[in-house]
Amino acid sequence: MQQITMGQAIQQALAEEMHRDDSVFLAGEGIGVGIHDSPLMPTFGLLQEFGAGRVKDTPVSEAAIAGLAVGASVMGLRPVVEIMFNPFFTLASDQIVNHAAKLRYLSGGKSSFPLVVRIKTGAGGGAGCQHAHNLEAWAAHCPGLKVVMPGTAADAKGLLKSAIRDDNPVIFFEDMGLFFYPSAVPEEDYTIPIGVADIKKPGRDVTVVTWSKMLGVAFKAAAVLGQEGIDVEILDLRTLLPLDKEGVIRSVQKTGRLVVLHEATKTGGFGGEIAALVAEEAFSCLKAPIKRVAAPDIPVPSSLPLEQFYMPNENRLIEAVKSIVD
Amino acid sequence: MEQEKLMLYQNMLFIRRFEEKLTELCKIEGKVPGMMILCTGQEAVATGVCGALEKDDVIIGNHRSHGHLLAKGADPNALMAEIFGKVTGCNKGKSGTLHLAVPEVNALCTTTVVGGGIPIAVGTAFAQQYRESKAITVCFFGDGAADEGSFHESLNMAALWDLPVIFVCENNVYSGAQRMEEHTKVKDIALRAQGYGMPGVTVDGNDAEAVLQVTAEARQRCLAGEGPTLIECKTYRWRGHGELDHQVYQPKEEIAMWMERCPIKKIEQQLLVEGAISREDIAALEESIAMFVDDAVRFAEESPYPAPEEALEDVYI
Ligand SMILES: Cc1ncc(C[n+]2csc(CCOP(=O)(O)OP(=O)(O)O)c2C)c(N)n1
Ligand SMILES: [Mg+2]
Repeated sequence: MQQITMGQAIQQALAEEMHRDDSVFLAGEGIGVGIHDSPLMPTFGLLQEFGAGRVKDTPVSEAAIAGLAVGASVMGLRPVVEIMFNPFFTLASDQIVNHAAKLRYLSGGKSSFPLVVRIKTGAGGGAGCQHAHNLEAWAAHCPGLKVVMPGTAADAKGLLKSAIRDDNPVIFFEDMGLFFYPSAVPEEDYTIPIGVADIKKPGRDVTVVTWSKMLGVAFKAAAVLGQEGIDVEILDLRTLLPLDKEGVIRSVQKTGRLVVLHEATKTGGFGGEIAALVAEEAFSCLKAPIKRVAAPDIPVPSSLPLEQFYMPNENRLIEAVKSIVD
Repeated sequence: MEQEKLMLYQNMLFIRRFEEKLTELCKIEGKVPGMMILCTGQEAVATGVCGALEKDDVIIGNHRSHGHLLAKGADPNALMAEIFGKVTGCNKGKSGTLHLAVPEVNALCTTTVVGGGIPIAVGTAFAQQYRESKAITVCFFGDGAADEGSFHESLNMAALWDLPVIFVCENNVYSGAQRMEEHTKVKDIALRAQGYGMPGVTVDGNDAEAVLQVTAEARQRCLAGEGPTLIECKTYRWRGHGELDHQVYQPKEEIAMWMERCPIKKIEQQLLVEGAISREDIAALEESIAMFVDDAVRFAEESPYPAPEEALEDVYI
């Protein structure tokens, strides 16, 4: 199997879908000619391959980029637009929150908006809080949207293809920390269904629900805990909306313990939703209190030691797991 | 006049050398976090504009604001330390290079959200008008920022209310990797002023004196209650968008052509011809600037990082 990075996996998904369906087009800031010429960036090479008619470099105009997707999609095109960094989602948010998410409902089910908004996200680069702010819980608070956040290159490829083929608006978060590390990705044309969580590592003692870049943290912690005789099950949520409730509950029913791990800040984070789901629907199978491991409630600071303090890590996860496993 | 010219020259040279040092430093792995976005070649805009301002005047900057801040009088040591992420930095390491704030000199905010500062400048100018203060606001932003909705909403409102604000569009030909003609149809951003009912002025952004002149006039209009002005400074970004940018899309000849038009060399030449300074004066000035810049780097290097838990401070009062 090919060993490629998440950036390359996204490239493949975009290129394959563009070949498959000529209604797919791309738009965004610097997606054709950009300031980063690394071949590992998700849209690298696509302008050359598909031309300026289908790979549109836009002005710095997020509201118009998002609106472009809304308008083009209701006309039957399949736009895949990019928001360069998650904090700039706020500039596009009117079109996404008030329009993409609601217009089908407002039409009484007559119209559809098959669009994808790719959003690059994740702290760790030292650029500070206006470039790093994981806002997936905001998006997940908008019925009418689907929200996808892959943690592996293989998932990114299959999920992005599903997102492009989906007739609903999909917000697709890509953690930039995953752009540069190769892992195994199938070569063939495959999709991964939106709305299905994935057990990345089966285990007996405790369920760790996580997504995106934190998957790696979960694996590191699980390796350490495994040596101490604690068998962790890692459930990669992959999709936040629609939420795979059965998948979460099934896992917790097996292990009896739940820790949720995410990079976004804790209060109002999507971990609260997972905890509430389990408390509501699987309380009786819990052997211990639910724990959340997430960033503290602060903007992402720039200075190295401060940013490290912000970022949830395996030590915090290990501590949380041990506090509920005797 | 000579005094003013000399001041502009010194300030530009300081900004140039300060940022050249940053170019060096960010090549060293782990030295400075994040991106490194410099105004090399554009120094005449920051110094010319700030040369026309008083201490009480407010500036709002963008992601390319080292020059704006230094020209407004920010302490280079505190700036350098912040760029390093040290606790002695002007923002205690919370900001880093991209969103420096130096309220001590009324540089109230620089924002790396493109166009994000423009509405804020409407607010600070509103407060100045409200309090009938004798101060104004200047907002610096790029040609790319004029493509954001925030630009259009803000200029309309500022004109409508005759707010004492100068919108300084630093047109360096590029918005990220997009050339001006690839990101907007108009040739002069200043033309847009008419659509909002305010004067629009285009000026050679590599001529610090000319920039100072038009800013001083716009400032007078602000103080006379005549409302805002849009000034477009035509200049050029010598380096990439940031220091990681390999400039593959920027023609070499274009860069060379603009380097010929270096704003610092231009004024230096004039000062020499006019006999206002000698080669020896220049050497002495270079030496003293190098000393200040080295001091700033030493200060930053010797300063400690913030303790990790300090990340929790300053979210609320
Ligand atoms: C809202 C928003 N969108 C996109 C970006 C990414 N970005 C940073 S600077 C920049 C180009 C800005 O160009 P311009 O306003 O001309 O300023 P310059 O960099 O040329 O000084 C872009 C697209 C951003 N920081 N903020
Ligand atoms: Mg520009």
